[in-house]
Amino acid sequence: MMKRLLIGMICLAAASLAQAQVKIEHWTTPAGARVHFVETRVLPIIDVQIDFAAGSAYDPADKPGLASLTRSLLDAGAGDLDEEKISGRLVDTGARLGGSADDDRASLTLRTLSSKPEREAAVELVRTLLQQPNFPAAVLDREKKRLIAGIKEADTRPASIGSKRFMAAIYPGHPYGYHATVESVGRIERDDLVRFHSAYYTARRASVSIVGDLSRAEAEALAIRLTDGLPEGGEAEPIPEVVLPQREKLRIPHHATQSHIFVGLPAMRRGDPDFFPLLVGNYILGGGGFVSRLTKEVREKRGFAYSVYSHFQPYRRLGPFEIGLQTKREQAEEALKVVDTTLAAFLEKGPTEDELKRAKENLINGFALRIDSNKKILDHVAMIGFYGLPLDYLDRYPKEVAKVTSAQIRDAFSRRIRPENLVTVIVAGS
Amino acid sequence: MAAAPAGTYEKTLSNGMRVIVKEDRRAPTVVHMVWYRVGAMDEVDGTSGVAHVLEHMMFKGTRNHKSGQFNELVAAAGGRDNAFTSLDYTAYYQQVPANRLDQMMALEADRMVNLIVDPKEFSKEIKVVMEERRMRTDDKPQALVHEALMATAFQAHPYRRPIIGWMSDLENMTAADARDWYRNWYAPNNAYVIVIGDVDKDEVFRLAEKNYGKIPRRALPPRKPLGEPEQAGIKRLTVKAPAKLPYLAMAWKVPELRNASKDRDPFALEVLAGVLDGHDAARFAKTLVRGSKIAVSAGAGYDGTVRGEALFFLDGTPAEGRTVAELEQALRAEIERVAKEGVSPEELARVKTQIIAGQVYKRDSMFAQAMEVGGIEAAGLNWQDLDTVIEKLRSVTAEEVQEVARKYFKDDALTVAVLDPQPLPEKTEKKTAATGLRH
Repeated sequence: MMKRLLIGMICLAAASLAQAQVKIEHWTTPAGARVHFVETRVLPIIDVQIDFAAGSAYDPADKPGLASLTRSLLDAGAGDLDEEKISGRLVDTGARLGGSADDDRASLTLRTLSSKPEREAAVELVRTLLQQPNFPAAVLDREKKRLIAGIKEADTRPASIGSKRFMAAIYPGHPYGYHATVESVGRIERDDLVRFHSAYYTARRASVSIVGDLSRAEAEALAIRLTDGLPEGGEAEPIPEVVLPQREKLRIPHHATQSHIFVGLPAMRRGDPDFFPLLVGNYILGGGGFVSRLTKEVREKRGFAYSVYSHFQPYRRLGPFEIGLQTKREQAEEALKVVDTTLAAFLEKGPTEDELKRAKENLINGFALRIDSNKKILDHVAMIGFYGLPLDYLDRYPKEVAKVTSAQIRDAFSRRIRPENLVTVIVAGS
Repeated sequence: MAAAPAGTYEKTLSNGMRVIVKEDRRAPTVVHMVWYRVGAMDEVDGTSGVAHVLEHMMFKGTRNHKSGQFNELVAAAGGRDNAFTSLDYTAYYQQVPANRLDQMMALEADRMVNLIVDPKEFSKEIKVVMEERRMRTDDKPQALVHEALMATAFQAHPYRRPIIGWMSDLENMTAADARDWYRNWYAPNNAYVIVIGDVDKDEVFRLAEKNYGKIPRRALPPRKPLGEPEQAGIKRLTVKAPAKLPYLAMAWKVPELRNASKDRDPFALEVLAGVLDGHDAARFAKTLVRGSKIAVSAGAGYDGTVRGEALFFLDGTPAEGRTVAELEQALRAEIERVAKEGVSPEELARVKTQIIAGQVYKRDSMFAQAMEVGGIEAAGLNWQDLDTVIEKLRSVTAEEVQEVARKYFKDDALTVAVLDPQPLPEKTEKKTAATGLRH
C-alpha cells in the first residue's frame, strides 16, 4: 500500500486544478437508489455517503432512539463478520467510517484511499454492513447501556437539557421533538432494529453520494455494489406536517454558573422558496459570526456572552430556527431582553441596505470557500441528493444571493418568525 | 512518504520574520496565518490568561482601524477569520479567496504594530472572556478535572496554569496588563507567516516583504529555562462537581520531541498511544469497552510536539456498577501487558496504516495542513521535520514500543485525577404564557 501511496503523492504536487464550480452527475441504480457523483482526481481519495430516509422522524412514538441505535449498530456484526473482524478489516484498509442519524436521515460515510485493493476491500465491507447487519443481542445490550449512561450524563448538562427541552417545546407531538430517554432506550429490543432496518434501509429510500478519484463507470459500479442487495422498497412515507407551537417561556432551574438561553420555532424546510432571503437575512441577524447584529449587541457592546448566534436548520419539514447564547446567570434576563429587542427590530424593519450589501459581499465572494475540499463538496452533494434539490443548486447559489432584496428578507422573516409562535427556554436562569 | 512535499517554500525577511508557503491549487482559496511564539506558558502568576485576553483585544482596533473593523473587512472579502491561543503559541488566521491575500497581510501587519488596547473596549472584552471561562471550564466537570490535573502534575512549570486563566486573575486584569504583553511579545522576529492555497510562492514572498518587511525587529524579553523538578511520588486529586458519571484521568511525565532526527522514544510513545486508542480495533475499544465492558469509554493520548513538557494521558468513564478504582487498574493493566508481552506485528502495521492514510486524508484540508506546519514550528522544530516525523513513526519497532511502556509508566511520575459526581439538586420547571412581550 505504501508504494502506491507514494506515487499518488508525487502526482499531487504537480496538479493545478483551481476550480470554483462543481459538476454533479446524477443517475438511478436499477434497484431505484438515487446516485450523485462528482469526479475530482487531484487527491487519491474517494468519499462516499449513503443516506436513507431512516432518521429519528421514523422512530415509533414509544421508542425514540431506535433510528440512532439501528444506524450505530450496522457495524456490530454483519454477514459472517463479528464486530472485531469488522473493525479489523476497516483499519487494515486505512478507511474511515462515520455518519449518524439526524431527524430525517440515517447516514453512513466512507472515506477510503482510491487505490484499488484498499477501495475494493472498504466498499465490500460497507456493502456487508448495509445489506446484512445482524444486530447481535449481546452487542445491543452493551450499546444500550452505553447510550443510557450517555443520556444520564447529558441530562445533568445545561446545554443538553436546554436543547432537548427546546426541541420538544417547538415540536409538540411531532417526531422532530422526540428524543431518546433512559426509558425509551430501555424498551428497544433486537427485533425492533431488525424490523427498522428491513423497512427503511431500502434502495428507493437511499441516496448515494460519491466524490473523488474515480471515473463515472467506476462510480456506477460502486453505487450498484452498495445497493443491489437492498430490498427495493417503496417511496419514503411523508413525515407529518409541523404544527407551530404557542408562544411560551420555560424556565428550568439548574445549578450552573451560566444560563443557557434558546429562542425559536419551526421555520424552514429544504427546498423552501424563502431559502435565500432567510439565508441572507440570518447572516445579518446572527449567522455572520463576528459581524452579525446579535454578536454586536450581545457580545461586542455589552460583553454578555462569548457565543451568541441565530441559525436555521432546514429539514424535510419545517426545521428549527434557533437563537442561542450562554451568559452569567445574574444577567440572564437583561441578555434575553437584548436578544428580544434585536430580533423585534429586525422583524419590524429588516436589514439596512448597507447590511444587505455586506452580507452579499461575504456570501458571494466567499462562495469558493464552501467547496474547496472534497469533504465540503460531499456534504453539499449529499444534501442535494437526499432532498432532491436541483443539480445546479451550487452554481445558482451566488446568483440567487445576489438577487435578494431587503424587502424580501423582511417579508420572509415576518411570515416565518411570528412572535405568537416563539418559544423561549432558559436553563439556570436568575 | 512526503508530509511536507515539494511545493513548500520558506523565506526569512530582513526583520527576522519567516514566511512559509505551500502551493495548493485545488480551489481558488487561501489560508493565511500569523503565529506568534508566545502563549500561556510565557505568563507569570497573577496575570494568567493574558495571552488569550490579548488575542481577543487584537480585534478591538488599531491606529488605522476602529474596533471590529478587522472582522468587517475580512467578511467583506468573503472570508472567515478567528484566532486561537495555546500553552505554546498564539495564532491568527483568515480563509479568503486567493486574490485577497494582500489585503489580509496588510491587516495582520497593521495589528502587529499599531494595536490600541483601549480601556473601554478592554472592560467589555474581559467580561466576554469570563463568560468563555464559565462556558468552557466552570460548568464542565471534565474540564475542571483536566484543569486540576495540570495544576497538580506541574508544580513549577507554567503548564500548571490554564490557558483561559484563573477567574481571579481575569477579574483583576487591566488594559495595561494586555498592553504590556503586546509590547513585549508582538514583533516580526517572534512570528511566522503560513500561506497555503492557490498562490505562487514568489508572489507571496513579494507581498510578505511589502506588508511585513517594513516592521522593525525588536528585542524580546529573555526566556528563562522553565524546569519542573523531578516528580518523586504519585499525586492524587479529586474534583467534586454535579454530574452523573464519574471520570478518571491519568498523566505520566514523558519525554517530548526535541530533535526529530535523533530522538526515538517520542515516536515509540506516539505509536503506543495508537496501539491503545488509535483506531476502532485498538486495544482500549476492543478490550475495555467491548470485551470486559468495564468502561463506557477509554482513551489514550500523547503529544510530544510541545515547547514545554510532555504528558502521556489515559482517561475514561467506568461502566455503571464499576468504579474508577477498577477502571484505573484496568488501564494500568493494559500498559503492563504491553510492557510484558509487547505488541504484535499486526498491531504495529495497523497503527502505521492509520498514520499513512491520515497523511493522505489531511491533504483534503488546507487548514489542517497549515495547522500541522504551525504546530511543529511552535514546538521549536522545523516544518522540514514533518517528513522526518513520518519516516521515524514508520520505523518504530515492536521492541521500542514495549521498551517505552516499561520505562516511563512508573507511579513516581504519575498524577491521577478523579471526578466525584455530586447529585444535582431536584428542581421543577416553570412555565409562563409570556404575555406582555412584543416583537
